[in-house]
Amino acid sequence: MNYQALFAQLLVGLINGSFYALLSLGLAVIFGMLNIINFAHGALYMMGAFAAYFLLNVAGIGYWPALILAPIAVGIFGMILERTMLQWLSGLDHLYGLLLTFGMALIIQGVFQNYFGSSGLPYAIPDELKGGVNLGFMFLPIYRGWVVIFSLIVCIATWFVIERTRLGANLRAATENPTLVRAFGINVPRMITLTYGLGVGLAALAGVLSAPINQVRPLMGADLIIVVFAVVVIGGMGSIMGSIITGFALGIVEGLTKYFYPEASNTVVFVLMVLVLLVKPSGLTGRAA
Amino acid sequence: MTNRMTTLLLGTALALTSAGIASAQDKTIKIGALSDQSGLYADLGGPGSTLAAQMAAEDSGLMKKGWKIDIVSGDHQNKPDIGVNIARQWFDVDKVDVIVDVPNSGVALAVNNVVKEKNGVYINSGAATSDLTNAQCSPNTVHWTYDTYMLANSTGQALVKAGGDSWFFLTADYAFGAALERDTSAVINSSGGKIVGSVKHPLNTADFSSFLLQAQSSKAKVIGLANAGGDTTNSIKQAAEFGITKSGQKLAALLLFITDVKAIGLETAQGLNFTETFYWDLNDETRAFSKKFAARMKNGAPPTMVQAGVYAGLIHYFKVMDAAGSNAHDGIKIVNAMKGMPTEDPLFGKGTIQPNGRKIHEAHLFEVKKPAESKSAWDFYKLVGTVAGDKAFTPLDKSTCALLKK
Repeated sequence: MNYQALFAQLLVGLINGSFYALLSLGLAVIFGMLNIINFAHGALYMMGAFAAYFLLNVAGIGYWPALILAPIAVGIFGMILERTMLQWLSGLDHLYGLLLTFGMALIIQGVFQNYFGSSGLPYAIPDELKGGVNLGFMFLPIYRGWVVIFSLIVCIATWFVIERTRLGANLRAATENPTLVRAFGINVPRMITLTYGLGVGLAALAGVLSAPINQVRPLMGADLIIVVFAVVVIGGMGSIMGSIITGFALGIVEGLTKYFYPEASNTVVFVLMVLVLLVKPSGLTGRAA
Repeated sequence: MTNRMTTLLLGTALALTSAGIASAQDKTIKIGALSDQSGLYADLGGPGSTLAAQMAAEDSGLMKKGWKIDIVSGDHQNKPDIGVNIARQWFDVDKVDVIVDVPNSGVALAVNNVVKEKNGVYINSGAATSDLTNAQCSPNTVHWTYDTYMLANSTGQALVKAGGDSWFFLTADYAFGAALERDTSAVINSSGGKIVGSVKHPLNTADFSSFLLQAQSSKAKVIGLANAGGDTTNSIKQAAEFGITKSGQKLAALLLFITDVKAIGLETAQGLNFTETFYWDLNDETRAFSKKFAARMKNGAPPTMVQAGVYAGLIHYFKVMDAAGSNAHDGIKIVNAMKGMPTEDPLFGKGTIQPNGRKIHEAHLFEVKKPAESKSAWDFYKLVGTVAGDKAFTPLDKSTCALLKK
């Protein structure tokens, strides 16, 4: 076996895993706290990439500010969606939220496609991160290295906030028993809106990160979201750490498949999903329902 | 998802006024523009192809002579089964006479059989596979714009001549990729080059880094991209990112459309060599048509060669219908008449249609301009060379089409 090539594929898998992790983390946060299966996640990820494109080409604002501004802008859009539509679905069956967000995704993608076609728009890698380093076994583009490190930091920070801080504790308590938490004087609806905004912001952040690598195009999220859902199912719905670890792990599994049997590379995740569902229906890290 | 079909009624007013003088002659034509309306091939065909069909109907002058031309469009979503279903419904229920466009070779070959069975007319502009006029040729089919043999013969040969004598293929894993790799390999082998490896990737892949690393470690001088649309743009963009082009390996974009170049951006695409049979900025006539076309496109894009082929193919079809005086609704008869008449249109110039259905016209080898050389929004190509039609496409004596063995 060619070890050099193998190492290279592992690293490439890790890069893709970063996107899976960021996206499935957002989904897990939203599902865990709001009990909504957010099918609009892919469309919001796409909006993040488009926001970065507009900031650059309309307002002349570059990559670094876009990394903060785009998630905020899309996050606000998400919060408006939550206030105006999603909040009315709390307490109803999951199916309602799924259908509503799926419909929203179709509408958002349709609108973007109507104006920008399907081939996509170019977005250059920022000058500071151009070029690459020769690692001996492969040529690593600096930008891709940055994506791995940055998304790891964001993932761990999100996990820390939700699992280890007082804010996160309030949040988790609010999902368990909203009435009781309200009795302590905490504004639960506002907290839920902000949480949805955070989840959406994470999707938009992944969108900005992917803009220089993939084409900025209306269907970029639709192609990815199915895989990400499989990641969440494998990791266990609602488990924060589970979705982060599964995201990275599945990226690596996919990378290895591309090396050993490329034709199966876009089905391997679903094969794994079926296997996991057969053996442990609540997901690898999920609690049994 | 349901098939979205829009029906465009054209010239109904004219048809009404002429109803008083209607004779026994059938002067109705129904055209079906079957394409990928929203996926990775939508920009090179899609709604633009429907517009091209509409413009052909308007420019044909037939409606002034009392003809009634309807155009419907359908979305095959790159799935052969869906394409076949739409085609069947069009022939059986909607009484469609002609199917045009149909990018995606997998869908195109499946629809080819339906058109033959229903004795319709099939003017394919969008698909690449040379099988349409060879092993799977049909008396009802005209393959208009380009094919894998032509692409291989033109771009492939040019690159081998320039010293690129060892190749590694990145191939889209379906009928088109296989045909393009096969035809290009034949050209490379016969001109003294060799193939050192290949990898098949699924259609519509976002991340090519794994495949590109394999191509890189093969040490081949040329990485042949036997894919199209979004797959090609992602491959090229990511090859630049991984320093592949800088390290001396050359990319061969065997099939590249103007919409792809736009998506990659000149900064990354500059210097790429590839072949097309149409470019909006070739001459005064192509410029005039493209200006009219772009004004009616939502994003102001000029026509791709596929959309140009839809227009030109229909213009030729309308000429045949005009000469016949009425629509006999007999596909084989009409296609034979199309083969019998030399073609001439503003977009592809003069040409012919061979007995196997292959349309013959010039092929142009282009190079993508540097960002500084581009003067307007879609000013992307430099013309490097032109191959005469009889040199560009499969010679008749090499065609394996059964129609030729009579």
